[in-house]
Parts: sequence; structure tokens; C-alpha cells
Amino acid sequence: MLDLQAIRADFPVLQRRLGDKLLVYLDNAATSQKPRQVIEALVDYYERYNSNVHRGIHTLSMEATDRYEEARVKVAAFINAPSPDQLIWVRNTTEAINLVAKTWAKAVLSPGDEVLVTEMEHHSNLVPWQQVAREAGASLKFIGLDADYRLDLSDLDQLLTPKTRIVAVTHMSNVLGTITPVKQLTEAAHRVGAAVLVDAAQSVPHLAVDVQELDCDFMAFSGHKMLAPTGIGCLYVAAPMLERMEPFLHGGEMVLEVTFEDASWNEMPMRFEAGTPNIADAIAMGAAVDYLSALGMDAIRQHERDLTAYALERFAELEEVTTFGTSSLGERGGVISFQVGGIHPHDIGTVLDHEGIAIRAGHHCAMPLVRSRLHVPATARASFYLYNTEEEVDQLISGLRKVTEYFGDAAARPR
Amino acid sequence: MQLPDLDDLYAEIILDHYRHPRNNGLLGDADLRAEGFNPFCGDRIVLTLELDADERIAHTGFEGEGCSISQASASIMTEMLKGKTLEEAAGLNAAFREMMAGVEPTEEQEEEFGELAALRGVQQFPIRIKCALLGWATLQDAIAEYAKPGG
Repeated sequence: MLDLQAIRADFPVLQRRLGDKLLVYLDNAATSQKPRQVIEALVDYYERYNSNVHRGIHTLSMEATDRYEEARVKVAAFINAPSPDQLIWVRNTTEAINLVAKTWAKAVLSPGDEVLVTEMEHHSNLVPWQQVAREAGASLKFIGLDADYRLDLSDLDQLLTPKTRIVAVTHMSNVLGTITPVKQLTEAAHRVGAAVLVDAAQSVPHLAVDVQELDCDFMAFSGHKMLAPTGIGCLYVAAPMLERMEPFLHGGEMVLEVTFEDASWNEMPMRFEAGTPNIADAIAMGAAVDYLSALGMDAIRQHERDLTAYALERFAELEEVTTFGTSSLGERGGVISFQVGGIHPHDIGTVLDHEGIAIRAGHHCAMPLVRSRLHVPATARASFYLYNTEEEVDQLISGLRKVTEYFGDAAARPR
Repeated sequence: MQLPDLDDLYAEIILDHYRHPRNNGLLGDADLRAEGFNPFCGDRIVLTLELDADERIAHTGFEGEGCSISQASASIMTEMLKGKTLEEAAGLNAAFREMMAGVEPTEEQEEEFGELAALRGVQQFPIRIKCALLGWATLQDAIAEYAKPGG
């Protein structure tokens, strides 16, 4: 059990009032709030040992390098990577996926090859593959959804062929909360010789994730959704892939020896970290991982699962509300997309904002899923994290009652 | 921090146009037609206009999906455009945009705006201004397309 009172006291922003209402932050799938331990790690770096890494011989630089590399060790251990050298710092999930698409995938894809993705991908794990497939003359194929908003793997054997080079799949949908069977997919993909990239932006913050158990080839995730600052994220790369990857960006730090005419590449993972890296935010991401690890990812997952079950029960009391997502709570994270009759999600969002409640409204950067599979132009979305409480869910439900009062017959109108 | 009043955004006139949009449905024989899309919220509007012999807007029709603000704004717009030349329509469009950008309307403009003035409260909700302008941006596109040689 999480001590919610103690946890909430660690997050300064949760004391914020909007008008006379205490903030109810339910937009965690977009970005999480930060505990003071993470904020203090940033301040500590800038106040005490701000300096560049991997090149200075002075004390501050050595301290910064130590802390920066320590953070890499912590995050690598957090996902059970075999070695910290397999973890590349990037800006965010999007950059991690683009790095793989524009280096490894670009090199291996030939005309006629296939890239397999799913219909529940965020734009960041769809658009890079559209581009690289088009450039290579490869085709894009899709794993669809079943009636319960999970991946439909019934025709996986037909979708995976000897021409499939890469399977790019989300570990948890940011719209539906569906947790996908990544291990089953990696096993099937590896049988046909395809590599697997996992978009773990929504899973690493909320579940215990083990890259060795999942046996994926690449995993991408962002710090800012897991209590760390914005602007820092990670790409995990399985060892056999590393050897076949050419650098993404060229410049300082990523080189070993440079002449006027040529250069040789530094070792891993520096080879992929050209220029001065995001030192402060990487160190703070280490602090975020410390915070999550101290609580335990299984306890966090259990809390969010209980909260989601409670929220779905309360949502069911509102007859105008439709929710989208699997009924199987074991395959669902703390994300609830919903509609209130014919009321547009932006109107829902504005009225809730007035109650101090922050939700997301829109297509959630998954336009094809929302429009062509859920058959709506947009949804409202509440998403939970370790600091959310049942009382906050109750406030959301009261807020939704205000929405239906405000818009009256529009609420009753079918969507 | 004080929040703006929700009733300033959702004025009764706006909710009425949202619940009962005027000129809803596309004209079969339109002289002007344009489509507008706001990728931020997924709102969409298709606007059709029919001109009479004097090149004045005789009939208007729109279809769309979106929030109360975008749909109400488009509904009010289709009412106000009737009887106007395209030049007058463009003038009203510019004046409305100025008001939404925070420029105080002249007395004359205020009179002309009529129901449109109800949208002034949207200004206090900056993220929703784009919603109010979607129909008008579509009108601008329609007029620009019509003015093109061969349009």
C-alpha cells in the first residue's frame, strides 16, 4: 500500500489552488508532476557542481560526470538492462524512435520489406515508420484492435512474414490504457527474424518493466512522464543491434580521433550522444528512478489498478458517459478515455478546469486510432499516477455532473 | 489566481446556437465552398455559400463537428452573412478577428456584431479563441478561392 499522504506532500504543485479549488491533476499520460527530490537534484547540480562531463580534469567536472553516469546506471537497472552502456540518453521517446528509424532501420530496410506497427500507436511511433518505409520502398502493415480494445493477434502469423524487418509496438496505449503482450510479440517477431521496438513511454513510468524478460531489441521512453524533468529520455538497445548502428548525429563527444579529413567513433553509448548532453535532467532522472524504486513499481501498479477500477465503477453511474478501453483490468493501465453524450471534449475540459481538474481533451496524438477506430473526432481522457486518490476521482465525477448540467440536452444527444 | 467566469464563455446565445445550429446542412448548388480543420481539437467545418444575381450572399449552409464555441460561432456567422457582398463579409471577418485579438470594437462595429458580441467572452479563455475563429477562417479560405482566376 502506498502512503498517499506522504507521497502527496513530496509534490509541491499538488498544493496549488486554481481559484478556490485545490488542483486535481489527472493528465499524467501527458506528463507527470515532479517531487521535490527531483527538483532538488536539479538545483543541487546547478548550485554546487554545474560543469561539463567527460572532458574536464577539475573537481566539478569529475563530480558531474560521476553523477551523470550514475544516473545512467540507475535507469538501466530500473528496466533491467544487461549493461548501462546499452542506454542512450535522448530528449524523449520521439527522439529515441527517430534515432532507430533513421539509423538502424534505414540501413536494413530494402524495397519490398515490411514494417509492422499497430493501430493504437501514438504519432511518434507511427509517423517515423511511415517516412522510413516510404523512403526505402518498404510497406507498412498494421495489427488491428479486437472488440475489447486490445491488439487483435489472431492473424499475427499472416502479418509477420520473412520480409518483416521491424515490429514497432506500444507497451501501453496512451489513449486506451491497453497493456500489450510485448513478450508474445517479440517471440513471434524473432521467429521470422524481425527486430522489435517497444514504445514504453506509458509503461516504464507505471509498471515494472524488464527488457531482458520482454526480449525486445529497442525500448524508448521519456523522463517527464515518470517524475523526471522534460527534455530527457532513453533509448535502450539490445547488444547485437548496437554493433550494427551507425551514429545519428555527428560532432563532439561522439568521436574518438579526428583529423582534418576523417573521424572515428567513440565507444557506446557516447557514440550516440553528440554534443554537450542534458546533464542536469539526466541526473534528475536518476533521482526520479530512486523515488519510484523506493516505493516499488508493483505497489504503484497496484494503486493505479485499484484507482482505475474505482473510477470505472463511478463512471458507470453516469448514464451519459461512454468509456473506451478493455474491461480486463490486468491488461489496462490508469488511463480512461471517455465521452459525455454529444458534448465536445474541449467543452468538458473547460468546465472541469473550472473545478480545478486537469484532464486532456483531443485526439491524444493518435488521430487514426481515435477517428477511424473509436469513430469519434476526439475524446476526454483522465490518467492517473501514484499520487492520485479516490477523493480526486469523486471530484472528477462531480465535475462531470456539472458538465451535463451545463450543456443539458447536448449531453443527452448521442455522440 | 482568479478564474474567469464560465458564463462569460458559455453565454446563453452561444449555447442556444450550439444546441440549435442555424443554416445547418450544405447547399447543393453553392458558389463558394471551403473546409476548415483545427488539428488541435479535431474540429471540422464545411461552409457553403450561394450568391444572388447582385453577387450578394443569398443562402448559407454549414456542417461540422466540434465544440460548442466553434459550432455556435459558425452558426452565428452563417446568419450574419446573408445579404452581404463578399467584400462586406471579408470586412466583418476582419473586424471580428480584431475583436478576438483584443481590439476594442467601435460603437458602429458593436452594433453590427449583434449576437456575435456574445463571443467576446471567449477572449478570456485564450486556448478557445481558435475554436471561435474556425468558421471565419473557413470563410476567408472560401472567399480567397472564389477570387482566384477561374475560381
